[in-house]
Amino acid sequence: MSASTVEPASKVELPASVGGGGEIPTFDITLRVRRYNPEVSEESHWDEYQLTMYGTDRVLDALHKVKWELDGSLSFRRSCAHGVCGSDAMRINGRNRLACKTLLKDLDTSKPITVEPIKGLPVEKDLIVDMEPFFQSYREIMPFLISKGHAPTKERLQSAEDRERFDDTTKCILCAACTSSCPVFWTDGQYFGPAAIVNAHRFIFDSRDDAGDMRLEILNDKEGVWRCRTVFNCTEACPRGIQVTKAISEVKQAILARQF
Amino acid sequence: MQVHKYDVVIVGAGGAGMRAAIESGQRARTAVLTKLYPTRSHTGAAQGGMCAALANVEEDNWEWHTFDTVKGGDYLVDQDAAEVMAKEAIDAVLDLEKMGLPFNRTPEGRIDQRRFGGHTRDHGKAPVRRACYAADRTGHMILQTLYQNCVKHNVEFYNEYYVLDLLIVEEDAVREDGTAYKQKRVAGVVSYDLASGELHVFQAKAVIFATGGAGKVFKTTSNAHTLTGDGMGIAFRRGIPLEDMEFFQFHPTGLAGLGILLSEAARGEGAILRNSEGERFMERYAPTIKDLAPRDIVARSMANEVREGRGAGPNKDYVLLDLTHLEPAHIDAKLPDITEFARTYLGVEPYTEPVPVYPTAHYAMGGVPTNIKGEVLQDNDTIIPGLYAAGEVACVSVHGSNRLGTNSLLDINVFGKRSGINAAEYAKTADYVELPENPANETIALLDSVRNASGTERIASIRADLQETMDTNMQVFRTADSIAKALSDIEALRERYRNISIQDKGKRFNLDLLEAVELGFLLDLAQVMTVAALHRKESRGGHYREDFPNRDDANWMKHTMLYKDDAAETEGIKGLRFGTKPVAFTRYEPMERKY
Repeated sequence: MSASTVEPASKVELPASVGGGGEIPTFDITLRVRRYNPEVSEESHWDEYQLTMYGTDRVLDALHKVKWELDGSLSFRRSCAHGVCGSDAMRINGRNRLACKTLLKDLDTSKPITVEPIKGLPVEKDLIVDMEPFFQSYREIMPFLISKGHAPTKERLQSAEDRERFDDTTKCILCAACTSSCPVFWTDGQYFGPAAIVNAHRFIFDSRDDAGDMRLEILNDKEGVWRCRTVFNCTEACPRGIQVTKAISEVKQAILARQF
Repeated sequence: MQVHKYDVVIVGAGGAGMRAAIESGQRARTAVLTKLYPTRSHTGAAQGGMCAALANVEEDNWEWHTFDTVKGGDYLVDQDAAEVMAKEAIDAVLDLEKMGLPFNRTPEGRIDQRRFGGHTRDHGKAPVRRACYAADRTGHMILQTLYQNCVKHNVEFYNEYYVLDLLIVEEDAVREDGTAYKQKRVAGVVSYDLASGELHVFQAKAVIFATGGAGKVFKTTSNAHTLTGDGMGIAFRRGIPLEDMEFFQFHPTGLAGLGILLSEAARGEGAILRNSEGERFMERYAPTIKDLAPRDIVARSMANEVREGRGAGPNKDYVLLDLTHLEPAHIDAKLPDITEFARTYLGVEPYTEPVPVYPTAHYAMGGVPTNIKGEVLQDNDTIIPGLYAAGEVACVSVHGSNRLGTNSLLDINVFGKRSGINAAEYAKTADYVELPENPANETIALLDSVRNASGTERIASIRADLQETMDTNMQVFRTADSIAKALSDIEALRERYRNISIQDKGKRFNLDLLEAVELGFLLDLAQVMTVAALHRKESRGGHYREDFPNRDDANWMKHTMLYKDDAAETEGIKGLRFGTKPVAFTRYEPMERKY
C-alpha cells in the first residue's frame, strides 16, 4: 500500500466540535487495594482510599496519587504508562487489565474500585507478583527464530501475506494478563498458559522459521495446548487485543494436522 | 552483601544493552543488570522505524543518510561517528531481520521502507523512503527480537537490580607530553536487588552502561516513569563529564496534555499539522519538506503557532494532527497503535477528527561521552579502559544538537553491537581491577541517608515542582531569564531534597526508597542541563535561545563538557567545571539549515 496520493489542502474549515469540551471534569472515587507485605504480616488485607480524580485519569494515576500523596509503601510495578511495556497488569474490578490503559471514567465510580494482584503467580508485595514462573514457560517454547541452512547475504524474503499470517501474535507485551486470567492456570501452575502459546504461535506460523514441529511437540505435552478449555478469559484480558483463544486453537489444529 | 565476578557487566536491558549482550554473551562471561524486566524497557515504546539506506523502494545510499544526520543535528554531529552509523545501518537492519524481526514487506517480499522527518534524497532535494518498520511498533519488535535472541544465547539477566554506583579507581599516569594525570579505571558496579533490598557488588573487567535517558526531568514527556537518568547521574558523580546536555529533543506530536508519543510515522504516511484556523502551517516554516521537517523545527513551529494565538482547543494550547484525508484501511495497516492511543486516552477518532498534539520531551541528545568504539571518555583525549556506553545514555555524538527520527533505534543497534564486541574483546586480555576497600560503602551511605531521613518534604512534590519548572522554562523556547529561573528553582529544590522523608522503611520491593534515589539523579541532571543551556549563547538544533536566535559557529561550534568538580564554579553554580570538545568534521562544511 502506498502513502496518501492526494496532497491535503493547505487550509480547511475545521468542524466546530474540534477542541473538545473545555474544563476536564473531576469526580470522587473509592479505591480498594489488596495489600500484602510479608515483612509485616502473612495475611493480606484491604485498604480503602478516597480520591478526587480527573476525567482523563487512569487507574495507574489513582495508584500514583495514593503512593505519592498518602502512603508511600503501596507497591506496584509500572513503567511506560501507556500500555506498551506490560508492567502493570492487575486485577481491576475482578478483570485483568493494565492499570495505565484503564480510564477511571470507564469504570463504575459510584462503587469502590477494587485492585488486586493478578492471580496464579505468587504475590511478593501488594500488587507485585513473582513473574519468574511466567517467563520460564515463555522460555520453554523456544521463543526465537530457528532457521536451517545458510543465512542469505541480504534479508530473507517474505511475502506480505506470509508476514500478515502471524501479525496478531507479534503484538504480545508479556504482561501476563492472559495467563493469569486463565482458570486452568490458576489450578495448575504447570500449564504453559496462553502467553507462552501465543509466543509459540508467533514462530510456528512465521514462514521463515524451521522449528515449528519442535514447538508443536512441546505444546502437545500434557501441560500444553490441550489443557485449554476455550473459556476466552485470555482473549478478553489481552490489552493488545490479540485473539488469544484463536491463536491457541490454531496451534491445536496444527498439532492435529501433523499427527504426532 | 554478595560479590559476583563477570568478564563483562552490562547495565540496562533496552535495545542497546541487549544488542551488546548478544555480542558479549557469545564471547565472554556476561551479566546484564536491569532495574526492570528486559521487555519493559522503553525501546519498546519506539514506533516509527529504523533508517538504513537499503534502497529497497527507491534510490538511496549511506552517504545521503550521513549528510541528513549531520544537517539534522545542525552540524554539531561528529561526522566520523555519523558515517559509521549510516554505513553500519544496513547490516544492523539485516542482523535484526536474520534474528527474526518481522519487518513490514514490499510486494516483492523485501523489507519495506517509508518516509521520516529530515531523511532526504540527494542532500535535501525531497523526502526519501528510508525507515524500515514493523507497523507503528518497530521499537516493540526490536525489543522483543533482541530479548528472544538473548534467551536463545542464554544471556544471564539480573532483573530488578538497580545499579546505583560505578566503581572507579584512579591511578597516577603520565601523558605523552610528560604531564601527570589521574587515569580512571573501572572495577565494577554496585547494585540493589529490589526484591530483597540486598546489595550486590559485581566485579567486572568491562562495564557497559546502556541505561537510557532522563526524560522525567520534564513534566510533559513521552518517557517512561523509570527514565530517571540513573546512568548519566552515576557517571557524573564519579567524575565522568557529561556532553551536550543542553540539547534535549521535544517530539512534536505528543498527545496534548499527556505527552504520550504519536509517531512521526503518522506524518511519514501523509498526516499533516493544522492550527486552529485549519491552516497547514508547516508550509510557512519549511516550504520544501513541510510536515517532514526535523523535529526541532516542527516543535518550535507548533509552539510558535500556539504563542501567536492560533492554538486549538478551549485553552488554545495545542495544534492538530490531521489524518482525516487518509484511508481508514491505510491508517489501520500502518498506524494501528497510535490511533488507538488517541481513541483510548483522548476519546478522539482519528478517521474523522484531528488529534490534539503538542511537543513532548522525548530524547537527550547529550550524555556520557564516548568514541566510536563505545569507549567512555574521562576527558577529551583519555578513555577509561573497560568502560563503555551505548544508546541514549551515551553521546557519541551522532545526534549533535537534534536527533533525526529513527536514528535512535539505529544508534542502539550500531553502538550497542560495537560496545558488546569491544567490551568482550577487551575483557579477554585485561585483568580485573582490584575492588576498592568496602566497595559498597558509598551506596550504603546513600541509601541510609534516604531511609533514615526524617524531614517533612515528599519526594513526589519535589519531583512535580522540578518537572513544572523545566516545562515552563527549559522547553522549546529559552531565554537567559527563563533558564536562570529554572536554575534558581532547581537550587531551591535541591535544598528541599535535603529535608525529605520516605514512608516505606522495609526491605522488600521498596520503590519508595528508589524513587527518592532516582529524584537525586534527576536533580543533578536538571542542573547540568540548565547550566549548559545558560552557557550556550546561541541557537542550534534543540536548544533555541530567543535572546540569541542565530547559530553562532564562530563561538559555539563545539561540544559542551560539564564535569563535577568541587573546586570549580560555572554560571554561579559551585561544583561544576565547564569545558568544551571539538566537533569532528570529515566531509561536510556547515551550511545554513533550511528545509
